[in-house]
Amino acid sequence: MQTKLTELLTLFRHKISQNFGTVFLSLFLFFPLHLKAQDDQSQNFDPSIVKNGENLFKGNCTVCHAINEVIIGPALRDVHERQSEEWIYAFIKNSQKVIKSGDEYAVNLYNEYNKTLMTSFDFSDEELNAILTYIKDESNKEVQVVVADSGQSLEEGPSNSVSSDELYISLGLNLLLLFIIIFVLFRFTNLSKKYVLLKDSQSKGKLLDEDDLEVVDNRFDFKKFIKSNKVIGITSFLFIAIFVKSCIDGLYTVGIQQNYQPTQPIAFSHKVHAGQYEIDCNYCHTGVNISKSANIPSVNICMNCHNAINTDKPEIQKILTAYEENRPIEWVRVHNLPDLAYFNHKQHVAVGGLDCATCHGPIEEMDVVYQYSELTMGWCINCHRETEVSSKGNDYYKKLVELHNSSSKKPMTVEDIGGLECSKCHY
Amino acid sequence: MSKGKKTYWKGIEQLKNEPSFVKNAQNEFPEYLPIKGSSDNSRRDFLKMMGFGIAAVSTVACEAPVKYAIPHVEKPQDLDPSLANYYASTYVMGSDYCSVVVKTREGRPIKIDGNKFSKVSAGCTSSQVESSVLSLYDKQRLTAPLLNKRESSWSDVDKFIIEKLSQLNKKKYVVSYTINSPSTLEVINKFCEKYNAKHIQYDNISYNGMLDANFEYYGKRKLPFYDFSKAKTIVSFGYDFLGSSFNHNLFNKQFTERRVVNKDNREMSRLYSFESNLSLTGANADHRVPIKSHHSPLYIAELYNILSKKLSKISFTGLIDVNTEIKYDKLNDIADELIQNKGKSIIISDSNNKSVQLLVNLINDLLDNYGNTIDINRSYNIRKGDDKQFSQFINDLSNNNVSSLVFLNCNPVYDNFKFSQIKENLDNVSLKISTSDRIDETSVKCDIIAPDSHFLESWNDHEPLENSFSFTQPTISNIFDTRQYQDSFLKWTGEKNNFFSFIKNNWKKKQKLTNSDEPFQIFWDKLLHDGVAEFIVDEKRNINSSKSSRKFLSKINSEILSIINDNKESGFELNIYQNLTVSDGIQANNPWLQEMPDPISKVCWDNYLSVNPKDANKLNIKTDSGTMTTNLLTLSINGADFEIPAIIQPGQAEGTMGLALGYGRELAGPVGDNVGFNAFGLIDSSNEYQNLVIKNVSISNSGKEYRIAQTQTHETIMARESVIQETTLDEYKKDVYAGKYQFKVATSQGKKKPEEVTLWDGHDYPNHHWVMSIDLNACTGCGSCVIACQVENNVPVVGKEEVLNRREMAWLRIDRYYSSDADVEDLQGLEVAAENPDVTFQPMMCQHCNNAPCETVCPVAATTHSSEGLNQMTYNRCIGTRYCANNCPYKVRRFNWFKYHDNAQFDKNIAMNNDLGKMVLNPDVTVRSRGVMEKCSFCIQKIQEGKLLAKSEKRSLKDGDVKMACGAACSTNAITFGDVNDKNSKIRKKLKVEKIDKATLKLKEERAYAVLDEIRVSPNVWYLRKVRNKKNV
Repeated sequence: MQTKLTELLTLFRHKISQNFGTVFLSLFLFFPLHLKAQDDQSQNFDPSIVKNGENLFKGNCTVCHAINEVIIGPALRDVHERQSEEWIYAFIKNSQKVIKSGDEYAVNLYNEYNKTLMTSFDFSDEELNAILTYIKDESNKEVQVVVADSGQSLEEGPSNSVSSDELYISLGLNLLLLFIIIFVLFRFTNLSKKYVLLKDSQSKGKLLDEDDLEVVDNRFDFKKFIKSNKVIGITSFLFIAIFVKSCIDGLYTVGIQQNYQPTQPIAFSHKVHAGQYEIDCNYCHTGVNISKSANIPSVNICMNCHNAINTDKPEIQKILTAYEENRPIEWVRVHNLPDLAYFNHKQHVAVGGLDCATCHGPIEEMDVVYQYSELTMGWCINCHRETEVSSKGNDYYKKLVELHNSSSKKPMTVEDIGGLECSKCHY
Repeated sequence: MSKGKKTYWKGIEQLKNEPSFVKNAQNEFPEYLPIKGSSDNSRRDFLKMMGFGIAAVSTVACEAPVKYAIPHVEKPQDLDPSLANYYASTYVMGSDYCSVVVKTREGRPIKIDGNKFSKVSAGCTSSQVESSVLSLYDKQRLTAPLLNKRESSWSDVDKFIIEKLSQLNKKKYVVSYTINSPSTLEVINKFCEKYNAKHIQYDNISYNGMLDANFEYYGKRKLPFYDFSKAKTIVSFGYDFLGSSFNHNLFNKQFTERRVVNKDNREMSRLYSFESNLSLTGANADHRVPIKSHHSPLYIAELYNILSKKLSKISFTGLIDVNTEIKYDKLNDIADELIQNKGKSIIISDSNNKSVQLLVNLINDLLDNYGNTIDINRSYNIRKGDDKQFSQFINDLSNNNVSSLVFLNCNPVYDNFKFSQIKENLDNVSLKISTSDRIDETSVKCDIIAPDSHFLESWNDHEPLENSFSFTQPTISNIFDTRQYQDSFLKWTGEKNNFFSFIKNNWKKKQKLTNSDEPFQIFWDKLLHDGVAEFIVDEKRNINSSKSSRKFLSKINSEILSIINDNKESGFELNIYQNLTVSDGIQANNPWLQEMPDPISKVCWDNYLSVNPKDANKLNIKTDSGTMTTNLLTLSINGADFEIPAIIQPGQAEGTMGLALGYGRELAGPVGDNVGFNAFGLIDSSNEYQNLVIKNVSISNSGKEYRIAQTQTHETIMARESVIQETTLDEYKKDVYAGKYQFKVATSQGKKKPEEVTLWDGHDYPNHHWVMSIDLNACTGCGSCVIACQVENNVPVVGKEEVLNRREMAWLRIDRYYSSDADVEDLQGLEVAAENPDVTFQPMMCQHCNNAPCETVCPVAATTHSSEGLNQMTYNRCIGTRYCANNCPYKVRRFNWFKYHDNAQFDKNIAMNNDLGKMVLNPDVTVRSRGVMEKCSFCIQKIQEGKLLAKSEKRSLKDGDVKMACGAACSTNAITFGDVNDKNSKIRKKLKVEKIDKATLKLKEERAYAVLDEIRVSPNVWYLRKVRNKKNV
């Protein structure tokens, strides 16, 4: 009989492994494929000409033009495909002349862009060529980036490309499948037990010996089990423990505004400014290297660009009105440190050399900024415990580093030089 | 000093060991008074409130309030949020002057420091100057011009004034305090020319006698430049040059330059003081002689006679019974000393009588002081008030000859000695204009108030001392619709320029006189940047003394004799004086000044009659230091009775009483109104000059009780010998360790020094070790550090009631100890000494003990030790057990019994209770809430700022990167602060640090000692023993 039972068990095992196979299969089934056809249009240009063109373009054209975006003038992607080079050169040199000549495309363009005249540029043909080459190069590049992206994700394996929603759905389905399997197995065991007992009674106890009977007869009294002291004890302990823990956790979150993402009076997007255009944080947050506060930029900083860029958009209009009416913009503060804690940006950024993202997270991906870090004392302290002091080339730390190195081989952390003392932040 | 031991006591009640004093001396916090109104709440109410509170808190806590960050529209280039900017400017209030540097944050001035470039005001501040930043944010200031008591616009006011002025024919006057600004004077002159008006200046504390005497003596109606640092012997007859004097900052600095001794320089100057009230000068004098003020001409005349005899010059005739009258035989010795130090002495007197001042000039001349210690070529322009001229104006006024009057920022109805005549006759004047910033006693009677801007909002130039210039530049734009009066004057004169371009044009002209050939803009920018400029002019004038003395003597003889011989005496002599807190009362609405304890009496929120202990006995004055109760005295002058509280003041001359000016304002504002008694009202107006000494005042005890707030006997340290250590110069010359209190602990191995038997392990301060030293020889007790600390650290004002409950919050206090030569058991001896005690000042703040007793008892580790030797106080951790305060041997910890901010009950704390006042708060320092302990932090915010500066410049910390607020305000450099781990630091040199072992300093400076060294808390504040230059008797 022993052998038969083992046979049965191996059968179950086999079934299970088969099932796992389906789980993995299903994973693949739900896996979305983001593959895009590779574009083979890429051309190679002389990098020196491209570089030269880039410099010229950035120096002269970016006030009104971008490659992929309409700013004041049209987006310049594939401009060489829309018009001949001669036409483009003539337009750059003296757009007025082209429009006056009655060129249909030019007149339409002029009307389309609010009758704004393009400034005339006295470029040499060589320079014009360089600019156009740069535009051509840029027009190709965007495509290349997409290609590179998908290629990379193929190499890294599928998991990277699965969006979280899809992952959850597939996980849920798998779980369902598992439950069904378990149910089926349970039924199967019961049935086989019954079958064995039936056989046994038919053969009048000859099939099973005492031990086997004990195994088969072993009935599980669920009610008794539930009511046993052990279970009640363990359950109530678990219940209380979880309750208390969640209460404490809940209390700890009082006043913590992690992920706080208020709506701002102007839909300013860091994703566009810091992400897409890679504007340095310092450009707007002027205080970050010199003072305690990083500074919310004043309107005149916005106006540096936006007196020309996208002036017709309603959100930008808000800036313009604020500027014209001399009325400050009331931004909602996202990061609110309690008054009793003193935090200085200069210390952390200019002296400590920390990256903004360390505390503020992936700002360049945020359309609306949210509080990335906890900003709790524990969070501060942890960082002070782990972070090495950026002491290189700073004479202030010279003595401390020497002293530290004489007694320890580990790098000198902020904690080692008194970074956990109360009066460093509270006074 | 004969026995080498002295007894110290903090007040008469400690000396007498009054039961209430003894009782409270042992108590940690003598708060025996319950909080009013708290007792009628029942337990049920409490539970209800608690239930509601918890529910409310949990609901509110769910959602944090939305906060806004509002940037500029157009950010000014040099203004960065959270970065301080500093501008050189000039303080002018009343006749006073100080060159300052204003710290602004986010465009608002928050702190005033001294301008180190200035040679006139010594690069430091006084309590008045420190406080003036709060006066800027006074809600009592007018927000717009008033025309016939109604708010109006400037154009209407200008139109009205110009129209009226050109119609009026009779005499016109412009009345002001002394103005030292050349451009302002020019503006006023233009106005006077156009409307045929006369400009008269006065000082609320008159220097008329001194000025007139100087004019007669050497033809210059100005105060000469005294240099106390060159004087080896100084004799002051009532003149408080360290306290209430003009430019006392510089005098303090000069005086202490000759007082600080060390091993290599064991010489110091000697100061004699003859006075009736115990002033700061008297308190710092080596020999103080309490005299009646009206006797001082007698002493001066006698001194002159002795000197002239010794120098075989003509002597003063008619002094027959001087010696029997004054019974003081030491003048001879003083004269000998003066002759010994010929050309190195200063004689100075507070008399407002021309003849007496002429006699003083004669003595100075006799001693060759002119040209040596007194320079008449560089005279002060700070006091020019002319009492005679003012009397003429009063005549015109009473004869109804005045048609229009302009009061330039002055308040003569309150503070002029002819106030009653002005008050009575003002209604006859058809046009009265005031430029006062508020409705005060004078401006309330005016038709028009054209409010002047605060000096922090104005442009101006100054010439406080001949050829020394300084500038005022605005550090904030006008908060209200005010206009600086110079602009108003230019408008009324019909000038198109504003005052700023007027000054600029003036300086364009002046640039040619200097040897500067820079472009004007550079020259001008430099002037504004430095705030001061000196142009050397080598014009010399010397007085030919030998010829003139006879002429002067015969001139003044009769008047001096008449003063001396007028010895009909009945009742008391009342000496009206100016104190160092509220001073002349212009800033009476400033709570910082009102709560600042008087340096001598430690009284705040009141003025009082200071009474000699013997007189107090005669008058049967009953005082109780426990409840701070005293008696009200009835003072009768010219038939009028006034009730004024009394303070028993050791050192007050017998038969005299003192009363401070500046109190009893009626229209200063909610803080200053009806605080104390108006002493200006007692000044005799029948004389032609202001006389602050009133003879024959009858005073009786009304028997009524009055509570007067004193911080004096709080938290007594008892007469422990290690608290104050002092010696005399003679002893010091013999042994530099003289006066050192050597405590030894008895152990089984014999007697040992406290540091040898310590239980503590010591500390390692790897980077910085902050240490402060306070030179008791340099500290004159003026108290500017007290206010500087209050401003820097957002220390609240608690009001008189809470000071009476002994809950004042000052982080830095100045303890004042009286001492005598007598033994503790010698009660009689003590009593004699109480007549004229030695005074020692000791600034006391958290001592930042290495082995801090407070740290060991805190149950929540809210007070901890830093790796830089600081004793840190973390407010948000404190739960208010007050164990730390109990365990502090220095009693420097302060507990927030109430919420002092945003609390209508503490509306006198204007810096924290309204939006305007809050602008003065230092944003780098937390405003503490109720229920937490606080104390001196060694200006941790400044330490952190200094360190950050060094770090960002990638260099090690330099000495001077970190400056304490108290040290920066100190005119005498008594406070030195720094890092002793830095080999080049001043503090290391000052204390002569030999060795540092586990944070224990081994000092070579012989005068250094730690207060209460025997308990071995190892403080990081070191005191330098006081040395008095007493003459051996």
